[in-house]
Amino acid sequence: MQSSIVQMIESQKKEIVDRWQKEMESVSKEFGVDTLNMREHRDWNDDFIVVIFESIDADDGNLKGRFRQFVENLIQHGWSLGYFTKGLQIFRRILLDIMTTGETNLSKNMYDTFSEIENWTDCLTNQIVDEYSGNWENTFQLQQTALKELSAPVIPIFEHICVVPLIGTIDTERAQLIVDNLLEKVIEYRSHVVLIDITGVPVVDTMVAHHIIQSAEAVRLAGAECILVGIRPEIAQTTVNLGIDLNKIHTKSSLQKGIQTALKLTHKEIIDIKK
Amino acid sequence: MSIQSNVEVRTEWGIVSARQAGRSLAKKIGFESVDQSRITTAISELARNIYLYAGIGEIIMEPVEQEATPSSPYRRGIRIIARDKGPGIHNIREVMEDGFTTSGGLGAGLPGVKRLMDEFEIESTVGEGTEVRVIKWLR
Ligand SMILES: Nc1ncnc2c1ncn2[C@@H]1O[C@H](COP(=O)(O)OP(=O)(O)OP(=O)(O)O)[C@@H](O)[C@H]1O
Ligand SMILES: [Mg+2]
Repeated sequence: MQSSIVQMIESQKKEIVDRWQKEMESVSKEFGVDTLNMREHRDWNDDFIVVIFESIDADDGNLKGRFRQFVENLIQHGWSLGYFTKGLQIFRRILLDIMTTGETNLSKNMYDTFSEIENWTDCLTNQIVDEYSGNWENTFQLQQTALKELSAPVIPIFEHICVVPLIGTIDTERAQLIVDNLLEKVIEYRSHVVLIDITGVPVVDTMVAHHIIQSAEAVRLAGAECILVGIRPEIAQTTVNLGIDLNKIHTKSSLQKGIQTALKLTHKEIIDIKK
Repeated sequence: MSIQSNVEVRTEWGIVSARQAGRSLAKKIGFESVDQSRITTAISELARNIYLYAGIGEIIMEPVEQEATPSSPYRRGIRIIARDKGPGIHNIREVMEDGFTTSGGLGAGLPGVKRLMDEFEIESTVGEGTEVRVIKWLR
């Protein structure tokens, strides 16, 4: 960047920051920040302006990392993309305004023209950003809901007997969901026996094992019996190496054997009807 | 074979990617399914520890070879290095005990990894970070 610009920004830093902070308050309101968390929001803005100023020094190799961290932090807190684009647009406008005050009429005129065009196209940009991110958020939420429903299915197969077929990777969120959902459904279906089938779970590490044990415990406290089925031979070996004793839980090698046990426990029987 | 892979761990997705990369490398090297499962699970434990206790770190996976020595024949295997610049571990003996946990887990991760693999080294400096290096040999 031209050093005269950098100098000007440095010398007017205070004014730039003050004006930017002030304008950002209305942006915050627009994004639904109420006065309660306005303070927290001011902290975000403080960080935002710091990373903007840091980025003047484009040669700084760590910059990308710091910027990414800042952005990721905001994403995690659910800030929308529009907040960033608006923040940068306001920053640009303030800079140009400060730069052209006290200048000759000619450049003031140019600035006014430029600013008018900018306002117009910024509005369009913002609308596009809002539409896009709204769309993403919708899709994402739909998928989240679908995933949640698929994550921890509890299927009543006979009176008092449920099956929980777990398929795919289990992360902490899903593991917790399984524990919660299981308990809720066991009560809702008045289950006496719950069969958890882990045939489709690729990796059973300590976290997954811990949650399975917790589920079994919770089910037991709710007055039902939990049977773990579908432990593949390599998973059995691995959990033994980990030092986890899955045998504390009632286990059966296959879903079929598990169902047989469940029928016995609920005093049921499947018989062939002879002609 | 020079198929090293290096996976950054900073989210739970990082744990899953590291596991996948580890499983595919283990398969390529020629491990059968029980060992594939042991290796993948060890990676899962190390990566999750990084995610939980250090926030950010990396998992490096590579094939290893060892020339024949008087006491052992030539052998090949997989090496996994889990490295972070997190808070480090105060008392290594303590964390290697079954059941020791600071996060309400089972406390089976590190001692479990040691049992899952053939060689295990851990180095940690408080305030600087932790590095765990493990090897599984092909039988
Ligand atoms: N990379 C690391 N950096 C800092 N501390 C660690 C790291 N890895 C492990 N620790 C410490 O060692 C303890 C034991 O780790 P270990 O993986 O054996 O059990 P856990 O993570 O607590 O529970 P589990 O793995 O059974 O779910 C942890 O609770 C944590 O305090
Ligand atoms: Mg652990």
